[in-house]
Amino acid sequence: MLRLEKRPQPSRAWAWATPVLAVVLTMIAGGLLFAALGKDPVEAIRTIFWDPLFGQYASYSRPQLLVKAGPLILIAIGLSLGFRAGIWNIGAEGQYIVGALCAAAVGLAFYPSEARWVIFPLMIVAGALGGLLWAMIPGLLKVRFGTNEILVSLMLVYVAENVQSWMALGPLRNPEGMGFPGSRNLAQYPAAANPELIAGTGMHWGVVAALLAVIAAYVLLSRHLLGFHIRLTGESPRAAAFSGVNPGALILICMGASGALAGLAGMFEITGPSGRVSIDFNVGYGFTAIIVAFLGRLHPVGILLAGLLLALTYIGGEVASLTLRLPVAAIQLFQGMLLFFLLAVDVLTNYRVRRAREGTA
Amino acid sequence: MKRRTLLISGAGTAFAAALGSPLRAQEPIKVGFVYVGPIGDGGWTYQHNEGRLALEEHFGDQVETIYQESVPEGPDAERVLTQMALQGADIIFTTSFGYMEATNNVAAQFPDVKFEHATGYMRNTPNVATYDARFYEGRAVIGTIAGHMTQTNKIGYIGSFPIPEVIQGINSSFLHARKVNPDVEMVVVWAYTWIDPAKEADAAKALLEQGVDVILQHTDSTAPQAAAAEAGNVYTFGQASDMAAFKPTPRIASIIDNWAPYYIERIQALMDGTWESTHTWGGIGDGEVEIGEITDAVPAEVKAEAEQMIADIASGAYHPFTGPINKQDGTPWLAEGEVATDEQLVSMDFYVEGMTGEIPN
Repeated sequence: MLRLEKRPQPSRAWAWATPVLAVVLTMIAGGLLFAALGKDPVEAIRTIFWDPLFGQYASYSRPQLLVKAGPLILIAIGLSLGFRAGIWNIGAEGQYIVGALCAAAVGLAFYPSEARWVIFPLMIVAGALGGLLWAMIPGLLKVRFGTNEILVSLMLVYVAENVQSWMALGPLRNPEGMGFPGSRNLAQYPAAANPELIAGTGMHWGVVAALLAVIAAYVLLSRHLLGFHIRLTGESPRAAAFSGVNPGALILICMGASGALAGLAGMFEITGPSGRVSIDFNVGYGFTAIIVAFLGRLHPVGILLAGLLLALTYIGGEVASLTLRLPVAAIQLFQGMLLFFLLAVDVLTNYRVRRAREGTA
Repeated sequence: MKRRTLLISGAGTAFAAALGSPLRAQEPIKVGFVYVGPIGDGGWTYQHNEGRLALEEHFGDQVETIYQESVPEGPDAERVLTQMALQGADIIFTTSFGYMEATNNVAAQFPDVKFEHATGYMRNTPNVATYDARFYEGRAVIGTIAGHMTQTNKIGYIGSFPIPEVIQGINSSFLHARKVNPDVEMVVVWAYTWIDPAKEADAAKALLEQGVDVILQHTDSTAPQAAAAEAGNVYTFGQASDMAAFKPTPRIASIIDNWAPYYIERIQALMDGTWESTHTWGGIGDGEVEIGEITDAVPAEVKAEAEQMIADIASGAYHPFTGPINKQDGTPWLAEGEVATDEQLVSMDFYVEGMTGEIPN
């Protein structure tokens, strides 16, 4: 029989091998699922993983990978800082919404001014600040009253969704929208728009911000004292306390940073791909980013790759459901498997599989 | 691939059109559908898919249909639409209000592809048409039945979004319930979703707790029907599709959207080369809105009254919004015998006299 033996140290090799193994296992199990649905499994897997990159219409779908991955990476980088320190901000979706709303409100307040070099930077600041302040609510409540930041941040997502509905129907409603809900289209307002920087590449300011965040997080975690404190707090809170880490300050910094990045993601999305504040413009990036953070092992480079991979499964999944008529539920199941297998094979990082000797029942 | 790339650039449009038309004679027309929910929602999306199946049955080999389920209303819709156009769709039906921007944006990129947007009003380019159904006609009929059936004189209404189409439905059903039962009150709960079984069930329970014993819904799932069945002694109406599984009670009748006649007509027009950018608003008389079987739980004389109203609306003898009708604040809206114009209906943003509560703003 097999038995698990705890490793004295988590295996570094397995820590990097498990995501790859998880992807391979997802392909196998997903292939079986697609075969059971009567589709050619090889073709289905190829459509999801290969066609968006190198298929017939790849010149369109490759840039879309960046558009989809950009916000995921930006949010996940912020979340990973807190997750490393054992601070669980689950409400990035809400911070994303509030960031987008603040940025949109600032942009629309200037409408129809053409002073892009004032308006666009102000909107960026407003977006980051909005997300930061929204994240401060669970942060401060935790520091001051010891509340659970998981619950509070999650519940605030639903509050943010209702604020968003109200904004779309009330204060930010397009006065020329014939009574329909939704704001003016910011992507069509040149002073506030976040267009593609080079046509046909998918590269917009949000993607640039995501790449900068990856680099900044890498430097922070590997070179900076704050990064050391974050890692130390996550690995050994007692040791961190002895070495002079102020736990309250660390909570606020981590919550604030993740909130600000989520707010920025919302800002770049509402001024670019999404365009307008509607009743439900949020599409779950804040929640999906949690998967991205863990899939990327809470490491900046890992998150970059994981964000691109998840974007690939989304875009490839869409193509597959369109061309192969795969039901959308099967695609979602496929994406869910990825996280499931990742968590399952994670055991190998912390445990060694040993063959149990006979007689030692 | 070359040909489609050329299409995006727009420069090759004339060339592609010249190349495209003779090809059409042999190739089947490729028809795309974008759905906001899963086909299995048993409501709105299910009915659009029935329309798609009717197309296949009617035209046989002359058409090929593709579809995408559960496409979020936002940036994802634009990508899905572009993918469909790239895959060679000749005409694409986008079946939810929230696709309005995306439909028009993508239509501008693909002047050779026709786009049909359900329930919207924006037709920026000559290759976009819009279509809708006069659901308020059906609401008048079930409002009449609801007014007779309620014991507590409280009718509940699960609203989706406070947009004119939904407000028309609320006003129409309330006016007709009041006409047969002057003591009727209507309680509206806004779910802010087109389909979300959990939220819809919550909304139904909230209504039941307020003493409501008849529930009308403008959301697509059968969750309110299930909640009513559990509560007992509550009547409901199928929405968008027949929801026959809940016959004979709680579902005592239904409003069915029948898109098949419109879809067939439009594809025929495309084949004949007579397709134009139009707005179509069909009702009971056009067969676009149908009332499903009125079950035996409804007394015979009420059923007869409802059937008479269906016949009168179909023949044009009766319009559900015929004056005198006052607005909620008591100001006159329609004078004695005056009939609401379509312009007045599509911009309706107020309750009629007698309604309590406010439209969220």
